[in-house]
Amino acid sequence: MEAFFSSLVSVAFHGVAYGMILYVISVGLSVTMGLMGFTNLAHGVFAMAGGYILCSALARFQMPFPLALALSFVLVAAASVVLERLLYSRLYGAAELEQVLFTIGLIFMSVAVARLVFGTLQQPVLLPEYLKGPFTILGREFPVYRVFLIVFSATMIAGLWLGVERTLWGAMVRAAVDNRAMAQSIGINTRRLFTITFAVGSGLAGLGGALGAEIVAIQPTYPFEQLVYFLIVVSVGGLGNLRGPFVAALLIGITDTACKYWVPQFGAFFIYAATICLLLWRPAGLFGSRA
Amino acid sequence: MKHPVGYGADARLRWTEWLPWVVAVAVFFLLPEYLSLGARVLTYILFALSLDLVLGYAGIVTLGHAAFFGTGAYVAGILAAKLGVTDPVIQLLASAAAAALLGLATGAVILRTHGLAQLMLTLAVAAVCLEIANKATALTGGADGLSGVSVAAIFGQFKFDMYGRTAYLWCLLLVFTGWWLVRRVIYSPFGATLTGIRENSVRMHSIGAPVYQRLLTVYTLSAAMAGTAGALLTQTNQFVGLNVLGFEPSGEILVMLILGGVGRLYGAFVGPLLFLIAQDYLARQFPEYWYFGIGLILVLVVLFARGGILGISDAIIARMGRKS
Repeated sequence: MEAFFSSLVSVAFHGVAYGMILYVISVGLSVTMGLMGFTNLAHGVFAMAGGYILCSALARFQMPFPLALALSFVLVAAASVVLERLLYSRLYGAAELEQVLFTIGLIFMSVAVARLVFGTLQQPVLLPEYLKGPFTILGREFPVYRVFLIVFSATMIAGLWLGVERTLWGAMVRAAVDNRAMAQSIGINTRRLFTITFAVGSGLAGLGGALGAEIVAIQPTYPFEQLVYFLIVVSVGGLGNLRGPFVAALLIGITDTACKYWVPQFGAFFIYAATICLLLWRPAGLFGSRA
Repeated sequence: MKHPVGYGADARLRWTEWLPWVVAVAVFFLLPEYLSLGARVLTYILFALSLDLVLGYAGIVTLGHAAFFGTGAYVAGILAAKLGVTDPVIQLLASAAAAALLGLATGAVILRTHGLAQLMLTLAVAAVCLEIANKATALTGGADGLSGVSVAAIFGQFKFDMYGRTAYLWCLLLVFTGWWLVRRVIYSPFGATLTGIRENSVRMHSIGAPVYQRLLTVYTLSAAMAGTAGALLTQTNQFVGLNVLGFEPSGEILVMLILGGVGRLYGAFVGPLLFLIAQDYLARQFPEYWYFGIGLILVLVVLFARGGILGISDAIIARMGRKS
């Protein structure tokens, strides 16, 4: 019984850590999809880029960890602005097929570049000493890094929610998600809003990829392999909101960890089955308003 | 995108439509050393035709079409290697039936959703199939692949020879059948409903077309064709690997179709031909650049040439026609 309880706590803890990572990565995708109606399958590329930036900043340039983390956000956000202005903006309002093909093309290119620059091997994450080792809560030991990960992500998420609920920018984003034409007609510069929101969303994906590099291996096939998970988070959570994907990401994180722990022979079956049932019941997702 | 063929258009064969078959037969006699590549190209043409039916004509965006291709490949492989069913016709029929069944079952769920959810579900189905093939090692060989596939002579007469002559003609026969079937479908009233659903499904609903049933029918038909193509791959390679399932083969067949021209019958011929020849030469020498190249082609096609290669050639012919 004690052993079962202990594994229950462990699964919940690691599941929450994984769920947090999934949420930080996917939330940008949910918002940009809800805001611009753009099916960006290449979102995982930003997460992978963040992971690579963190790993090489730590290993090759011996940067301090916080700086490397900040860098993974800033660089990815900056790169995404260039991509958005040059390429994505041409396809706003295009058919879904075209957006899908275009972003799959970006995935193929980024996978090739990653393989060329970093090789096919998984990147090691050289954590600083103060994030290694166990951390004791209520007589149980947890890895310090995972505790840091949960606390840090939770702070980020709280900040993001405050930003969206309380600032002018957040109000403009919510207005544009609800009714873009009306938002435009009352003088909101939706083009600039798109660019900023896209940059924040991509930057968060980069940060999520960097934070989660220790859980989700950073390797060239990352954008392919993780795509299903990001899409499940977004479509189960519902487009264009912050709360739904959070619940979905935590559910998936915990379920996935539990399945891998107790029934590893079933792999990810349960997640897929649950997703299919959920979408049959609510095609627009748990908290989605639009199909 | 322009769609020059369809219901109401002249359904008689134009002389250019004989060209692919003339070329295919000419290759058999003139380029005997390329017959194994030729059989591969033909297999993927059949696969691309099946995708064209759902994506190009019915407008169902799918990222998981390899689920049916892979199911077909594995059913044929398991029948041949584990159950001792070596007759190629039975293998093909079983593969087509299994893929059709999977198409019907998953289509019944997938086609009720739209947009992102639909995209994700097609991907999830392919991922589940890959997971099953990976874990059920007793049947599929898992990551090592399934070897020891034996295929008897076709109709008890034509043995698969080491030069790949029989395999080439066998593939050609099936591609011809698939082409004839797809051509019949797109010139039929049923094909017209599909195009209508792709262009405006709300309007098709309001004029009383049974949208869901039509989509499910075409999805099942397409799955059966993809399964047949998968079985062909198994029979010509006598091996099945995990690379017939999952996202990458689904993405690759999409690239082939887009490259040739989606929603055009012959786009499914041109795309795989160019893609696989290029792959044969380039991919082994420069694998990294190869993937970069496919990605770049996709991006360029979407940005500048939405009809693919056939779209470009149509535009050139139209311009020349105006000048003269």
